[in-house]
Amino acid sequence: MAWVWSNLEQIWGLVLSHIALSVPPIIVGFVLSIPLGYWASRSRLARSVLLSIGGVLYTIPSLALLVVVPVILGTAILAPSNVVFALSIYAVAIMVRSSADAFSSVSDDVRESATAVGYSTWQRFFAVEFPLAGPVLLAGIRVVSVSTVSLVTVGSVIGISSLGNLFTDGINRNIPAEIIVGIVCVLLIAAIFDLILAGVGRLLLPWNRSAASLTRAAERASTLVTQ
Amino acid sequence: MIEFRNVTKRFPDGTLAVEDFSLVIPSRKTTVFVGSSGSGKTTLLRMVNRMVDPTSGTIEIDGEDTAALNPVALRRRIGYVMQNSGLLPHLTVIDNAATVPVLNGVPKNEARADALRMLDTVGLDRSLAERYPSQLSGGQQQRVGVARGLAADPNILLMDEPFGAVDPIVRAELQVELLRLQRELGKTVVFVTHDIDEAFLLGDQVVIFEQGGRVAQIGSPTEILSDPATDFVAHFIGAERGKRALSIRSTDRGEILVDSEGRAAGLLVDSVVGAQYDAGPKSRSVSNKTSQAGDA
Ligand SMILES: Nc1ncnc2c1ncn2[C@@H]1O[C@H](COP(=O)(O)OP(=O)(O)OP(=O)(O)O)[C@@H](O)[C@H]1O
Ligand SMILES: [Mg+2]
Repeated sequence: MAWVWSNLEQIWGLVLSHIALSVPPIIVGFVLSIPLGYWASRSRLARSVLLSIGGVLYTIPSLALLVVVPVILGTAILAPSNVVFALSIYAVAIMVRSSADAFSSVSDDVRESATAVGYSTWQRFFAVEFPLAGPVLLAGIRVVSVSTVSLVTVGSVIGISSLGNLFTDGINRNIPAEIIVGIVCVLLIAAIFDLILAGVGRLLLPWNRSAASLTRAAERASTLVTQ
Repeated sequence: MIEFRNVTKRFPDGTLAVEDFSLVIPSRKTTVFVGSSGSGKTTLLRMVNRMVDPTSGTIEIDGEDTAALNPVALRRRIGYVMQNSGLLPHLTVIDNAATVPVLNGVPKNEARADALRMLDTVGLDRSLAERYPSQLSGGQQQRVGVARGLAADPNILLMDEPFGAVDPIVRAELQVELLRLQRELGKTVVFVTHDIDEAFLLGDQVVIFEQGGRVAQIGSPTEILSDPATDFVAHFIGAERGKRALSIRSTDRGEILVDSEGRAAGLLVDSVVGAQYDAGPKSRSVSNKTSQAGDA
């Protein structure tokens, strides 16, 4: 514990860099997966191609990706943008599937009905399909968020600062407290991100909440009936 | 007035859904398309608001070829009600009802206020306005669907099996409600159903489709019932059986009508009763017990 108190400032600094490295890939993953996922939900061919590419990208070991990215981008090996870029690739790779499923979850009836009452194609997308895809998109982005927050630590192996530094340093110098603090901080950031996303979801998808509580109420009612 | 002129629709996969169909749909009357599954009723309905474009032939609304109109603008001036209501699950009842005026650029508050009045019109309690569709019964959802269809005050209302998914009692209520609305509003209604009783109850003009999208008969319920064009029509409307094949039986206390099974079906009375069913050719001198369900 003594280690923690004497290094508070350093820990806080690492927390901030960790957050700075985590947020952009989550946003990029979300934004890019929307058009790709929509496309995949509209065409079977697009779906199988995009999901296969996503699957392949996700299997590239993260360390290998971090080493290759600077070569591709021509950036310095220690540039934080390498981590952001590499993790964005993972984020998109995971999120495309969720996004495709999210848009497929919008029923054809609703789509047709929106067309029938006079939504143009773009209005239908932004005012009907996107919000209705929301619950599944939200579930997907929560997974991406947790996975990104934990993957950021890998950057420390090649020297890009994050809470992962506490792992490498703690192992090198044999300070268990440092490693534990690192783990706890990563978990906390992941949990806080998740809470924020869930909160945003509750705020933006009120209809989903009522549908869910209605389903629960119906389930309760039916268990009461069967008892 | 809506006019179909030699309309044919072949889908890209080769299905011939409609072949050389011509029909005049008079203004301010209810025209019902009735017939078996796959006979092209929905396809025809969707050609009116250009959700489907014909392969050949033209559709005119008040003399204007719809092919020349912008489809989105056209849809906003035609009401559309579908089975399972087709309400948008993420909008509240009031916002669903206000959808089309809002799309047309009416300020949201104004559109909502109008939509509230529209809920009254379709007999829906205002207390339901802030609910989501998933929190309504099937019958209530259909009423919201009708409110949405009417909200922009369109001249034309297209209804594709709007009451197909609700139970018979609620359906009877909704049918009566629609008759009342139609008396008040006088829209040009095109109504699709599988149910010949519903067709005869609601239709001023009824179009009976045969398998393959061919028209078996067009006429008022009276014309079709009194003179079925083919055996198919006679069979389809059940002219030879059940409650349509009524005969008079004398009893000690007067004459009654019995159906083909000999069950009492109604009374023969002197004057026209049930003035609310007096839409043109449908005036009846028979108080038929099946139509009394509507008086509820
Ligand atoms: N988008 C489409 N692509 C290919 N075929 C279609 C399409 N839509 C309809 N069809 C076919 O066209 C025919 C007529 O269909 P339509 O939906 O108009 O029938 P319907 O009379 O409304 O039937 P139902 O009473 O079951 O609703 C059917 O054989 C149907 O399979
Ligand atoms: Mg149909």
